[in-house]
Amino acid sequence: MNGLLIRDLRLAIRAGGGFGLGLAFFLIVIVLMPFGIGPETGMITRIAPGILWIGALLACLLSLDRIFALDWEDGSLELLATSPLPLEAVAGIKALAHWLTTGLPLVAAAPVLAVLLNLPPQGFPWLIASLVLGTPALSAIGTFGAALTVGLKRGGLLLSLLVLPLYVPTLLFGAEAARRGADGMDAATPLALLAGITCLAAAAMPFAAAAALRVNLR
Amino acid sequence: MSLSVHSLSCARGGLQVLTGVSFAVAPGEALILRGPNGAGKTTLLRTLAGLTPPLEGHVDAPADGIAYAGHADGLKAQLSVAENLRFWSGVFGASGIDRAVDAFDLSDLLDRRASNLSAGQKRRLSLARLLVTGRPVWCLDEPTVSLDVDNVARFARAVEVHLTGGGSAIIATHIDLGLPNARSLDIGPYTRRNQPAAADEADPFLSEGAL
Repeated sequence: MNGLLIRDLRLAIRAGGGFGLGLAFFLIVIVLMPFGIGPETGMITRIAPGILWIGALLACLLSLDRIFALDWEDGSLELLATSPLPLEAVAGIKALAHWLTTGLPLVAAAPVLAVLLNLPPQGFPWLIASLVLGTPALSAIGTFGAALTVGLKRGGLLLSLLVLPLYVPTLLFGAEAARRGADGMDAATPLALLAGITCLAAAAMPFAAAAALRVNLR
Repeated sequence: MSLSVHSLSCARGGLQVLTGVSFAVAPGEALILRGPNGAGKTTLLRTLAGLTPPLEGHVDAPADGIAYAGHADGLKAQLSVAENLRFWSGVFGASGIDRAVDAFDLSDLLDRRASNLSAGQKRRLSLARLLVTGRPVWCLDEPTVSLDVDNVARFARAVEVHLTGGGSAIIATHIDLGLPNARSLDIGPYTRRNQPAAADEADPFLSEGAL
């Protein structure tokens, strides 16, 4: 199990691994946003939590189809399915590797980019907390979507359409927690609900993803 | 640790390909699957490996006993030869990769990225993976593709050593490997042409266990 995680992390940081893809996209979206919205005082500050969350979500979405597609193309997914590792564990590790290479860098970059959007100082801890709690759900749900579409050529579009509605609750509570934090309000309730979504996704999605993989490997 | 198959029917992509296949492979024995292209050799091997559930019949195999090698090499281009092998030996809980490296003469290539290997070298690395699985029954689909004559002989030796060690092998191939303890099975007579599988099994989302 450790071997698979280490392999996936190693593949992500080697050439062509797509490690920086989500991070670069996040950076571009956030840096361009003020140019698009204009210099009106206070506007950017007000919408900063929502923009940061949408940027993180889209950056996450961008790298989802790599979770299983590469292993499918070179045949390693079949070999993993016939190995002693249960497919549920494979899906769980893949989701974890995806979060470590995509979600975690986004969490680390978000405070820096929040400065660009002039997020109020009291909002920073809540923004980070909401991203730390919410991005694992994005990876877990995304892994399920990737498992559903793994056999399809150019399955990226279908994957996005499948996964986006499932991302809505995470986005709602994540952005709400960050917004309340920035406004100096109590953000505990949306954070608790966000943590609940993440726990549910992390517990259920490996099983759903493994079932989808079994069907797609036939 | 023998493998036996009882009146097995297999389907691929919603089409029934094979029906009524029965055979047994004892330890130390190899079974060579013969048949024209499209006869169902790959489908049979995928069913044995557990990737595709059989339509009818069943496969009696030792639990976690089958090592499968398909058409695809299953290598990671960005990893070196040693990293690829070590990954699989870790997954299968094997002790080391030395025996596999020696058997397929990979010691000079260990630090090379898999992306820089020739097709034949990739195939050797892919076959070396079988040795690190430590599993008794090998299900091999056209293992000698892109191997030169010397390496086909090297592969045949590896299979022989595996058989003498009490393992067994089921190999779909079109060439003669010269294995002493091998039987041939022509699967042509079991082949069904263009027969749709039963409606509920044709749609994987409706069959049991899918959702």
